[in-house]
This record gives sequence, structure tokens and C-alpha cells, in this order.
Amino acid sequence: MSWINLSALWKILVFGLIAGAGLPAIFAGGLYALSQGPRTHRVATAGADGAEGDSDVLIGGNVLGMIVAAICFLIVLAAIGWGIYEVYQIGHPAVKK
Amino acid sequence: MSNDTVLVLVVITALAFDFTNGFHDTGNAMATSIATGALGPRTAVAISGVLNFVGAFLSLAVAATIASGLVDTKVVTLTVVAAGLAGGIIWNLVTWLFGIPSSSSHALIGGVIGSVIAAAGGSGVLWHGLVSKVVIPAVLSPIIAALVAATGTWLLYRISRSMTDGARKHGFRIGQIGSACMVSLAHGTNDAQKTMGVITLALIANGTLAAKSNAPIWVIVCCALAISIGTYLGGWRVIRTLGKGLVEIEAPQGMAAESASAAVILLSSSFGYSLSTTHVATGSIIGTGLGKRGAEVRWNVAGRMATAWVFTLPSAALVGAGAEALAHSIGGTWGVVVDLILLAALATFIYIRSRGSKVDHNNVNAEWTGSVAPAEEPAAAAAA
Repeated sequence: MSWINLSALWKILVFGLIAGAGLPAIFAGGLYALSQGPRTHRVATAGADGAEGDSDVLIGGNVLGMIVAAICFLIVLAAIGWGIYEVYQIGHPAVKK
Repeated sequence: MSNDTVLVLVVITALAFDFTNGFHDTGNAMATSIATGALGPRTAVAISGVLNFVGAFLSLAVAATIASGLVDTKVVTLTVVAAGLAGGIIWNLVTWLFGIPSSSSHALIGGVIGSVIAAAGGSGVLWHGLVSKVVIPAVLSPIIAALVAATGTWLLYRISRSMTDGARKHGFRIGQIGSACMVSLAHGTNDAQKTMGVITLALIANGTLAAKSNAPIWVIVCCALAISIGTYLGGWRVIRTLGKGLVEIEAPQGMAAESASAAVILLSSSFGYSLSTTHVATGSIIGTGLGKRGAEVRWNVAGRMATAWVFTLPSAALVGAGAEALAHSIGGTWGVVVDLILLAALATFIYIRSRGSKVDHNNVNAEWTGSVAPAEEPAAAAAA
């Protein structure tokens, strides 16, 4: 038995980068796409973090931008859901009936 | 008194540890969201509490590591477990008093190992398991987290550079809420597991469960509850150090840090590494400071934390060993009872000390002036 489980380390690093840096990057891409356009819309401020001055318009109004943004956000949500499912699967070894 | 009385005492102590674990670690998930204003302090701790509860059910890999991978279950008695828990709780409370985000996991593991050594000598510890599943991950995990967070931070600023400041702040605050929730979930999968592992260990020691058993469902539920209540009460002192003391954080950095923490913790949990969520969160926050040009990392605060990390295992082990020696010299059930009375007295004392320089949801975000307690309070008590 070795002291360092290199294969686990490798996986944690690579999947860590994909999930921990890649997913936020896709989210950022979505935000960027969403902000394209003439900035006519004003988004209803979500949750308790309202009072933000007048420059926090998030949705630019470009239809293509909004579609791209929706795709990005869906990818992120799907990846999170899949990740949680995987963790659950690994953490509960299948019960043999 | 029968063995069952001792078992009940041990389970209660373990749940008390789980509670301190929750409240010591709220900051890991929520400190950056609170610091950037993405979530109100009270909302943040409430969400975190609920998600910790859910997370506790998500994976059982870490509980298995603690229950059978670190110490020889044959030498573990209920007294040993009680003494180990005392070591963990005391270290957690002391570091909380000083606002140091040290690892609750190491406090627990250190305490248990110390008491095992005191009871049975070094051969009772599975050193290989300890080094490969605890010590090495403790060193590597903050580095990996920092790397991931620095990469994420760089990417986020790069992608969003042409957005207006307001839109960026607004957008990433929303993202931050999501990523902070993931960290809370991850915390439940890793930290709630540790107490489950210890209670399982106690049940095995008592003969209630066979060796290598999994945690029974009532143990899982109780641990999930204890950690989420602890989380809800919120360790404001630690939240403050993490959110304000280490790096001044903007929303994109907060999101990058939390995503990195969540990813690393969840991945490690599923490999059964009981790594410290605290170490990961701190590594991520430092990484996010490194990934943004012009951001300043307060290395003196980071250095103080790192020192506390190095001391956590041995210090908790010493307390655990002392508690075991004391319980052993008194003997039997009364040994455990005396240990726990001492523990309760110490906990009360620390709580009273903490009132002298109170940090709560009102002043958690006050300007960082070099100490845990904000300046308008008498800060002397927390200046160490």
C-alpha cells in the first residue's frame, strides 16, 4: 500500500479543475452573454441583496445572448445535479438483493 | 452505573462535538458570501444549516474511514472515545475563541489518537491509515484548492472583463449563493460523517455493533441534526476571520473560492478522505487572492492559521491523552463522568470569555483592523 494514492490525487486535481474552475467559467460565460444587448431591461433584484444603485442591470436584451446564457446556466445546473448523483452513488455502495 | 450509561454519555459528547464542528465551520461555506453581501448573515447560516443536514445523508465513505481506518478498533473502549472527544471539543472551542479557522476534523482525529496512545500505546494507531488518509490530504488539499480557485478567479475576471461593474457584481453574487450552497452540502458529506464514524466506533467498542459496521440510521439522523443546529448558530468569529481577515473579497472571487472548495471537498469525500473542509476553504480563499491581479493576501493572518493547523493534531492529541489518563486513573464510569464534567466546565469558561469580545451577525463584517473582535469593542481579549 502506498502512502499517496496517486490515482485519486490525479482525479481530484483534474475533476477539481473541471468542476471547481470550469463550471464557474461557464456560468461567467452565461453572464457575459446575458449582458449583451442594448441594456434596456432591468432585472428584478433577486433576494435580499437589492439596493444596488442603478448600474446592476444584468440582462442586456439580446435574444441570442439570452439563449446562449440559458444554455450555459443549464449546463452548469446539469453538471451539479450529475455530480451530486455520482457522489451519492459512490457513497452508498449498492445493496445486493 | 452500567456500560450503557457510559455509551449514552459518549454519544451525547460526540453530538456535542458535532455541534461545535458545525458552528466552527459555518464560515467555510458562508464567510465569503457574507463578506461580499451576497447573502444576509442570518439567511446564510440558515441555508447552510439545512444543506449540512441534507449533505450528511449524501455519502457515507468518510464515516467508514474514521470508524475503521485510523485506529485499531480492538483497543478502543468507550472511555477512550470519550477522552478523544474531549480533546477535540476543547481544541475547537479554544481556536473558535481566537477566531482561528482550524480543522475540526483534525481536532477530532487528534483527540481520538491521543487517547488511544494513552490507553494502548502507539501500536493501537493505524499509522499508515493516519498518514495516507489524514496527514497527506491535509497538506495537499489546500494547495489543490488554491490552484483551482486561482484558475477559476483568473477565468472569471477574464471572461467578465467587458461587463459593467454593477452587472458583474450582481451576476456573480447570484452565482455565489449557488456555490456557497454547494460548499454547505459538501461540508455535510465530509464533516457530519466524522462524528458518525466516532459514534459507530463507540458502538463497536461497546459490542452493540459488529466490527466494520456502517453507521446505523439513528446515528446518521442525530449527527445531521447536531451539525446543522451548530451551523445555524454560526461561529461568527471564524466567519469574520475568513471573510474579512484573509483577503478582501469581491463577488467573482467569492464564487471562484466556493466552487473550488465544493469541488475538492465533494471529490475527496467520495474517495473516503476525511480532509479538513477548513483547510480547503482557506486554501481556496488564498488562491482567489493569488488569481486576481492587485489583490492582497494578508499573509500574517494566513501564517497564524497555518501554525494553528500544524498544532491541531498534536494539541488535541495531548488533551485527549490527558483526558484518557485521568479517566483511567479514576477508573470506570466515574472516570468518564469526571472527564465530561471538566469538559463542560472548560466549555462554559471559554463561552464566558468569548462574551467579553463579542462577534455576531451585527458586527461580523466590520472593517478588519487586525483582530477578531471589531475595533469598537474592547479587543484585548482576542488580540493574541
